[in-house]
Amino acid sequence: MRVLGLYNYWVFIFLMMVGFYILISRRNLVKKILGLNIFQTSVFIFYISMGKITGGTAPILMETGAPVVYSNPVPHVLILTAIVVGVSTTAVALALVVRIKEAYGTIEGDEISAMDNSQESL
Amino acid sequence: MNVPGAPFGFLPGGTAVLLALLLPLFTTVLIGWFRDRPNLREAATLAGGVTLFCVVLSLFPEVMAGGRPRILLATPLPGIPLVLEVEPLGYLFSLVASFLWIVTSLYSIGYMRGHHEKNQTRFYLFFAVAITATMGVAFSGNLLTLFLFYEALTLSTFPLVTHHQTEEARKAGRVYLGILLGTSVGLLLLGIVWAYALAGTLEFRAGGILQGHIAPGAVPFLLALFVFGVGKAAVMPFHRWLPAAMVAPTPVSALLHAVAVVKAGVFTILKVSLYTFGPELIAETGAGDVLLWVAGATIILASLVAFTKDNLKARLAYSTVSQLSYIVLGALVANRWGIMGGGMHIVMHAFGKITLFFGAGAIMVAAHRTKISQMNGLGRTMPFTFAAFFVGSLSIIGLPPAGGAWSKWYLGMGTLEAGHWGLLFVLMLSSLLSLVYLLEIPLKAFFGRPDQPLEPAGIHEAPLPMLVAMGVTSLVSLALFAYPEPFYRLLALVVGG
Amino acid sequence: MTEHLPALQVVIPLMAAPIASLLRWRRAAWAWALMVSWAVLFMAVSLLRRVLEEGAISYPIGGWAAPIGIEYHIDALSAWVLVIVAFIAAVVLPYSRASVEREVDPQRIPLLYSALLLCLTGLLGITVTGDVFNLFVFLEISSISSYALIATGRDRRALHAAYKYLIMGSIGATFIVIGIGMMYVMTGTLNMADLAERLPAVSSRTVPVAFAFLTVGISLKLALFPLHLWLPDAYAFAPSAVTAFLASTATKVAVYMLVRFFFTVFGPAFSLDVMAFHRVLLPLAILAILSGSMTAIYQRDVKRLLAYSSVAQIGYMVLGISLVSVTALTGGLLHLFNHALMKGALFMAMGCVMYQVGSVRIEAMQGLGRRMPWTMAAFVVGGLSLIGVPGTVGFISKWYLVLGAVEKGQWIVAGLILLGSLMALVYVWRVVEVAYFREPQRNRTVGEAPLSLLIPTWVLVAANVFFGLDARLTAGIATRAAELLLGGAL
Repeated sequence: MRVLGLYNYWVFIFLMMVGFYILISRRNLVKKILGLNIFQTSVFIFYISMGKITGGTAPILMETGAPVVYSNPVPHVLILTAIVVGVSTTAVALALVVRIKEAYGTIEGDEISAMDNSQESL
Repeated sequence: MNVPGAPFGFLPGGTAVLLALLLPLFTTVLIGWFRDRPNLREAATLAGGVTLFCVVLSLFPEVMAGGRPRILLATPLPGIPLVLEVEPLGYLFSLVASFLWIVTSLYSIGYMRGHHEKNQTRFYLFFAVAITATMGVAFSGNLLTLFLFYEALTLSTFPLVTHHQTEEARKAGRVYLGILLGTSVGLLLLGIVWAYALAGTLEFRAGGILQGHIAPGAVPFLLALFVFGVGKAAVMPFHRWLPAAMVAPTPVSALLHAVAVVKAGVFTILKVSLYTFGPELIAETGAGDVLLWVAGATIILASLVAFTKDNLKARLAYSTVSQLSYIVLGALVANRWGIMGGGMHIVMHAFGKITLFFGAGAIMVAAHRTKISQMNGLGRTMPFTFAAFFVGSLSIIGLPPAGGAWSKWYLGMGTLEAGHWGLLFVLMLSSLLSLVYLLEIPLKAFFGRPDQPLEPAGIHEAPLPMLVAMGVTSLVSLALFAYPEPFYRLLALVVGG
Repeated sequence: MTEHLPALQVVIPLMAAPIASLLRWRRAAWAWALMVSWAVLFMAVSLLRRVLEEGAISYPIGGWAAPIGIEYHIDALSAWVLVIVAFIAAVVLPYSRASVEREVDPQRIPLLYSALLLCLTGLLGITVTGDVFNLFVFLEISSISSYALIATGRDRRALHAAYKYLIMGSIGATFIVIGIGMMYVMTGTLNMADLAERLPAVSSRTVPVAFAFLTVGISLKLALFPLHLWLPDAYAFAPSAVTAFLASTATKVAVYMLVRFFFTVFGPAFSLDVMAFHRVLLPLAILAILSGSMTAIYQRDVKRLLAYSSVAQIGYMVLGISLVSVTALTGGLLHLFNHALMKGALFMAMGCVMYQVGSVRIEAMQGLGRRMPWTMAAFVVGGLSLIGVPGTVGFISKWYLVLGAVEKGQWIVAGLILLGSLMALVYVWRVVEVAYFREPQRNRTVGEAPLSLLIPTWVLVAANVFFGLDARLTAGIATRAAELLLGGAL
């Protein structure tokens, strides 16, 4: 039961592995970026999961007398920052891929490495 | 001004010590300045040499009176300053090196012009830098300072060794730098760090710094790190750089590879055995025993190799390898006669060997010959050169009336006192060998029959400055037999009694 | 004013960066960046002086007190790294004008300075912050801007190199976020000092996992063997000024992060006794030294040769950390500064060659000893420093490292450190021989580099010799930082 109860952490680990696998196994530069995005997204889920408290509600202060359980807002704030970082990384990565396509005429990592090597031996 | 520990705080006599370093450096500036006017450039070299010698000489009374002029240069590591300090052994070395710089400068003028060498300004420039480093080695006040100038000497002589910038020079340069830097970084530095880790200081102190800080069993290993780490002492198997360095112009071989660089090596070993280990420690632990035989083997093997060399400079190089191990041997028997003999041999071998190299250069310039087999009968056209060569040979062999007799005598006494009969035999055997391989050359020249008619017939000697230089060094070699007094007294200050 | 220095240190370059990108005239952008970098150096030095006199400085951002708000915390170590980064920036920027104009397309130049300032912001931010998540943000500011900086190289391979660096760097950064998140779950705080207090009480397995994630993540950023593969291409194809800047600062800051997490956040007791990180890092450091140096020997592109040498030098720094003694750690921390000086000088000398010859392949060096005497002399001195010849800073670091190893009785390690020095001799001398023993290529008239390149290069060369002859200041600070870090752990 305890194992199933932590399902969101299992999702985190699953997504992380999927993302990491794509990163390592794909040679296409855009697919690699997709992998990187999935990898980073898994971390978002991890942070949000840890901020959640059972029965907790959104941390908005209200004048009700009864004690209210709030979810921890800090991880949400943190992950907002991390999302921004992730988006900018993706933007830079895509910009690089566009320029690589212009310069090499391909976005297949293998072909680019081959071209690099032949340039090296000149 | 007398604040100990303050940078550039002059202690009494410190000015002269600092000058001894700055003068050759200043000379390099002058040499660079006059690069387009060869006469002025060479005048600057000579003037630099003469003033340097005078400055060094001016320290004599103070050193004899037991003074130890000292000056702090910098503090590279907290607790380990860069210090110059004059003590008798280093003073003796500086005296020899600075005097021979004058003579070699004179010789170089004749040689470099007579041989039409290129890049003469660079040559004189790095020569002066090498002398600065040599002075630094001689006056080092602790092991770190010594190491710094030791490496500076290696690097400043590299452009001199590879002066011709040919493929051959490049290869020789690799061997030179590879062995000298390799041994010093790989072994010597490790030894220095180890000594520091044990003793917490690197000062040169009479009686050593390690006594009571090191396990007796570790002494031989540490000593071996020093003896092999000082590649400049050319103890086998780290001797290959010395023959390789013979691609350099002859004045470089003469001053640097018969005097400054190699003597810096054996001087370092003497210093370390005296002031880092202390003779007692070496004697008590028997740390030198194995190494003594390595030195002994070097003496014999190098002599045997010298036999096989037909190239004159190569033969002289191997003779140097052999003679250097005499001094290492003196340092390792670690008794007063050994140290005395080692110190004396620094002087005697310097004058003798430089005369031989001067001769080799003169033959190259005047008769364009480098091989011993081509020298039959050459004595008739170059009588003066071969006469000087003969005197130099006597000194190296250790025969009267040349100064070399004294140092060999003391070294023999040292081995006897330490009870190493076998080593005494080694010394005798090697002297016999050198008798044959060195005297062969002047004998062939004077009595041999020329293979082809010599031309031009009649006297055809090297340029005058070279002859003057050879004359001076050979005469000093003879004079040292009659008057070894000053050097004896200096060394007596080191060994006591 | 002065009490806000810790914040201004980071805020000024951050605010200056967008302004630089708005200045469309490239000289104006350069002059602006130059001014900012000098202001940053001034601030860094005054902070270091204050820390040395008065002890650590704590600065709550926006007045929010520490556990809730973000705290900037500057102790001897952070001030030290701060000065290293600021000093290198202040020397590279005067150099960059001519070099960048030759190597980068004109329309990109203002953007390059903007990215450079952002990168500087990030690096400075990492060193001053006392909050682990803030550290991650600054890390990404510096990383993303350095991807852009590398991609400004004209060679198309610079793009591929930047891309590879981006992928590796992002993986590293994500690992670091995971580690930080785990620490937060266990303790509920992000403040380093707070974490240090609370972590020992946590007996969950999560903490070692966080430790592992952080170590791997930082090692990626650090280019520690075997995670160094992104580094050589990135350094080889970036514009010379960028390489000089990144090689001398980025990896240093990564080493700082490693030290900060190991010794301040987790504490020596946990890092050493429980995790025994030194058992893992020591062999890796040695492998880095040997494999980096060995690969460097076989390179034909001198910038790439120097990049592999950096891999080896990073090994020395990590070695200093993992020998676990005050002496060795002092050596490692000293090497942060010393390596910045020598690699800065070497890469800048290669920038001069690039400027005049247009290539830094080893064949391009032919005869340069004669044609570009000052540049090659700078290379020789920098190379000697890399080898560790006495009288240069390289010797000082080697001294402490070898002494640390000998004190610990690690004879093999001491021998391997010196072996690394000899391998450095081989790869440095390969270049020197080509420069001095080969005739200059025919049909080519190459002159000495302009003074605007030579002066900054020689400033670093002079620093190499000066701090090699008088290391009281540098060794003093490094020793103090090392003692602080190891505390009573030994």
